[in-house]
Amino acid sequence: MFRKATKLRLSSIPLIALMVAFLASPLYADDAAANAKAIEGLQNNLNIVWTCVAAFLVFFMQAGFAMVETGFTRAKNAINIIMKNLMDFSIGTLAFFFLGFGLMFGVSNGFFGTTNFMITGALGDGTHWNYTFLLFQTVFAGTAATIVSGAMAGRTKFKAYLFYSVFICAFIYPVFGSWAWGGLLDGGGWLENLKAPFCDFAGSTVVHSIGGWLALAGAIVLGPRIGKYDLDGRSKAILGHNLNLAALGVFILWFGWFGFNSGSTTVGDGEIGRVAVTTNLSAAAGAVAAMITAWILFKKPDVSMALNGALAGLVSITAPCYTVTPMASVLIGLVGGVVVVLSVIFIDKVLKIDDPVGAVSVHGVCGAWGTLSCGLFNAEKVLGIGDANGGLLYGGGTAQLTSQLIGVGAGFLWAFLTGLILFNVIKATVGIRVTAEEELKGLDITEHGMEAYAGFQIFTNE
Amino acid sequence: MKLITAMIQPHKLPDVKKELFNVDVHKMTVTNVLGCGQQKGYSETYRGVVHEVNLLKKIRLEIAVNEDYVAPTIEAITKGAKTGKIGDGKIFVMDLPRCIRIRTGEEGNDAIG
Repeated sequence: MFRKATKLRLSSIPLIALMVAFLASPLYADDAAANAKAIEGLQNNLNIVWTCVAAFLVFFMQAGFAMVETGFTRAKNAINIIMKNLMDFSIGTLAFFFLGFGLMFGVSNGFFGTTNFMITGALGDGTHWNYTFLLFQTVFAGTAATIVSGAMAGRTKFKAYLFYSVFICAFIYPVFGSWAWGGLLDGGGWLENLKAPFCDFAGSTVVHSIGGWLALAGAIVLGPRIGKYDLDGRSKAILGHNLNLAALGVFILWFGWFGFNSGSTTVGDGEIGRVAVTTNLSAAAGAVAAMITAWILFKKPDVSMALNGALAGLVSITAPCYTVTPMASVLIGLVGGVVVVLSVIFIDKVLKIDDPVGAVSVHGVCGAWGTLSCGLFNAEKVLGIGDANGGLLYGGGTAQLTSQLIGVGAGFLWAFLTGLILFNVIKATVGIRVTAEEELKGLDITEHGMEAYAGFQIFTNE
Repeated sequence: MKLITAMIQPHKLPDVKKELFNVDVHKMTVTNVLGCGQQKGYSETYRGVVHEVNLLKKIRLEIAVNEDYVAPTIEAITKGAKTGKIGDGKIFVMDLPRCIRIRTGEEGNDAIG
């Protein structure tokens, strides 16, 4: 995924050289070495600025998740969702700072990192790259953490969720991250050392599938909301209370994703544009494909499915955004948009797992598809960024696809199994589910003693 | 003919509806209402300050039935809404002198059914 930040991009040299020559001409007129040093310094600063801006964009995705999850669930649980989103990021930030960052990016013992906790190594250098990198990685960890709250909406004890928030950012996310991304700093994991290194540029698996599979484990341990399945086991719709908020959330996520994917270059150069294009094309294709699929299946263009489709396109392109052509990104998004609708129906009606916002389908399933698509569509040579194409469809053979399968499988096993253990331990200790009465009255009033819409009469239409 | 009006807890509505469907009562009008009886409200806290809520959210259920449906309807509502705690609600039964179906002009027992 990320390129080494200090590496200089050829495309950006002319402009910077011109600026430096202009600014520094009296001093360094004939001093090529000094010029090169100044250019390098400027590029380094540009990298830091771009990576920070991208991190701020990714942080804003928290707002997107909060709105999507609130909108897709009922009014009586709105405060609970907002609190979970606020706390999984806040607790996650602290957990990642104290433990996660070191486990993920410290010098690795083969299984996880063992140094760099609390980025102590950066002290003494006021502009150390690790500050920027920590922030960028923290918002990524926060994204993985917040995926789970939607799937567990409407029935989880708030206290149980707080415990979960600590463990994902302190342990589950960073350990897998160290296998795939450790080498971006001081670590190095086994997935990076495969014959064809596992390719997950911005985290279809590392961030989204990990969150999605944890969400699956959580939803299974919790069981469905009261009234979700009738006595014959038929699925019933529990309507989201504000699809306008959900739509706002999806637009915010789409916006933030430009930072998520393009920012993962961590280099301020011309590649930002390319990655932004593949990201946008895939999201658009995902929304269109999901709308058409829903239109065919349900006879109406279902807005909630189209919104899920845009997210599916975004999650799918997250791994291959750097290494596929724009044309391939359209295909990847289209498949993601179809897959997400079918997956939502399959999980709801066949597996009978209650996932109120479709988090498992969007992040888990489409994350897996996006990661696998690297093995099919990687076209480094076509794009001019490598010597050989890795993708099967571009004549790269099956090596990359095999690595992708190994990574996807490892991600599923790690997140789903640790998730099952974690949620069962929580269930056995503090308890994971509220009482039936609390669930029926709503978590806002029973868990938080407040209402989201004080002064409004929310009509109960169930 | 009787008009049965019931005040119940909002979160018991799905249960009451299920019980009513079981005894073949499918026609009803449901309204969100505010009210208070013996339960006398509850308190929320908002930014650390206690906020007493006196009028509680309730559901008003109105069902017009023929005589032979009165007992089953009351039983069904009771079965669905009862928790045994204060606040379960009340059922009022009133005589209903006339009933007209607008679409056909039918009156009385035919119009209700």
